[in-house]
Amino acid sequence: MLQINNLYKVFHIGEINEKVALQNVNLLLEPGEFVTIIGGNGAGKSTLLNCIAGVHLPEKGTITLDGDEITNFPDYRRAGAICRIFQDPMIGTAASLTVEENLALALRRGQRRRLNRAITRSERDLFRQKLAVLELGLEERLSTPVQLLSGGQRQALALLMATLVRPKLALLDEHTASLDPKTALRVLHLTRTLFENERITTLMITHNMEQALDLGRRLIMLHEGSVILDVNDLEREELTVPKLVDLFHAASGEQLHNDRLLLH
Amino acid sequence: MNLMLLWSTLILGLLYGLLVLGVFLTFRILNYADLSVDGSLPLGAALTATLIFNGMNPFLATLLAIPLGALAGLITGILHTRFSITPLLSGILTMIGLYSINLRIMGRPNVPLLRHDTIFDLLSTYTGLTLRLSQTVIAVAVIILTVIGLYFFLNTELGQALRGTGDNEVMLRSLGVNTDRMKIMGLALSNGLVALSGALIAQYQGFADINMGIGMIIIGLASVIIGEVALGVKSILGRLCAVVAGSILYRLAIALVLRISFIEYTDLKLFTALLVTIALISPEISKKFRPAPNLALLEQKTGAAERAGN
Ligand SMILES: Nc1ncnc2c1ncn2[C@@H]1O[C@H](COP(=O)(O)OP(=O)(O)OP(=O)(O)O)[C@@H](O)[C@H]1O
Ligand SMILES: [Mg+2]
Repeated sequence: MLQINNLYKVFHIGEINEKVALQNVNLLLEPGEFVTIIGGNGAGKSTLLNCIAGVHLPEKGTITLDGDEITNFPDYRRAGAICRIFQDPMIGTAASLTVEENLALALRRGQRRRLNRAITRSERDLFRQKLAVLELGLEERLSTPVQLLSGGQRQALALLMATLVRPKLALLDEHTASLDPKTALRVLHLTRTLFENERITTLMITHNMEQALDLGRRLIMLHEGSVILDVNDLEREELTVPKLVDLFHAASGEQLHNDRLLLH
Repeated sequence: MNLMLLWSTLILGLLYGLLVLGVFLTFRILNYADLSVDGSLPLGAALTATLIFNGMNPFLATLLAIPLGALAGLITGILHTRFSITPLLSGILTMIGLYSINLRIMGRPNVPLLRHDTIFDLLSTYTGLTLRLSQTVIAVAVIILTVIGLYFFLNTELGQALRGTGDNEVMLRSLGVNTDRMKIMGLALSNGLVALSGALIAQYQGFADINMGIGMIIIGLASVIIGEVALGVKSILGRLCAVVAGSILYRLAIALVLRISFIEYTDLKLFTALLVTIALISPEISKKFRPAPNLALLEQKTGAAERAGN
């Protein structure tokens, strides 16, 4: 499905603030796998997703999706296969466009835009039906500009938009981190329904270890740009948060000083 | 104001309405302050006037302004997207370059059309309408067609991607839209309209002049803002109509200001600059002049609420 070989990403090459953000990352994802990624601040988690999505081009290594090498494709050319959800709910939706216009844009993900009508009647019915799954009453607010929705509503809409056309791969970057706990839980629940249960191949970054253990069956830990832990069958391993912390110590040879990673 | 003056103000407002629609496309839809319009309006005027001067059919000469204006927008777009030049600077570069090109096209700073038939003259000879009426018919028809055309376009897949690009470029790219291409397309469309505006204005006033583009971006912005403030509508069609109304209101304001005895024609640019400044800062000002909350009343209310809570 997704195959990453020997990936390196270096920022500010040759300058005084040169930063190796990823080094020798190797990763093989099976179709339908839901993988959570954890790691301290600056570990390279977002950079990894950005390289897969084509926002950053890597210095070395290859990325292959479904047999096609996409390492150097520009981001908009991979978008047909890859969907993304961001931490900031503002990025996932277009504020001045209405709910249905946002959905219509997402329905044509990766397609050439033509001079056809942007939204047809049957599509509107489809949107209503899909929005009802969110249980937020958005199916009654198709022509509301998205800027009038709350952050949680916008994030839920972004999740729906991401799955409207089934992606080959989903990249979620701390997509619950800027929501209040109750809304975060709700969005997490939606993540399970829309991605995990649908067996969409997914990489999800989180700072919340409970979350990381709860969703999916596989967990990856990044540290200083490398994969230091890759647990393949979470259920069999019976991992708990304290065990995970111990594993981190063993793998990195460092104390886990990052309370953001610990406390949640 | 006498009726004739009012009438010609209206026609001028409609003809400049095309410029304003173009500016609306870039400034509001694409969120891009495009200064190339200062060059593309006289570009359309120069091309059409010169072609008519040399005997071409005025309808054809007018239509040819559109692709040439679009080409100017295309260049601005390429400067910005391919070479990462800021929007402001890309527009200025095109505008400056066009000054020389416009002079080359005209071969002199001013091309008079008084002895040549314009599309307005042709329409009145074909139909027997007075010149005034045929000017009105053409101005109204062109504006209505453009507004309807833009309305439909902005509700196509492509038009929606254009609006999305101006709103949230990151998201549009993540949905597979080549946002660079969208910006280039929007700029080309906008400048095509602006050049058409110039082509019609040159024929209406009877000449093309090398300096007729100066300050067009500010006039466009002023009209867009006036229309939005005056009509305050939200729908796409409403906004398109509002900016055309803004163009007419701006012309009316200018006509009124010119009636003040000590104001010279050359003062108009200052007047426009002041108008736009006021429009831009008015949200701030109205905030300052909002009545202060009545503290005594507020205290009464919260006091009551606290007591009720106890
Ligand atoms: N665009 C960039 N330019 C320069 N340096 C960058 C850029 N993006 C990331 N970095 C650097 O690369 C390193 C990895 O950053 P990254 O954003 O991938 O971390 P992260 O694991 O997502 O952290 P966080 O948990 O804080 O989001 C950091 O040191 C960061 O400063
Ligand atoms: Mg990050």
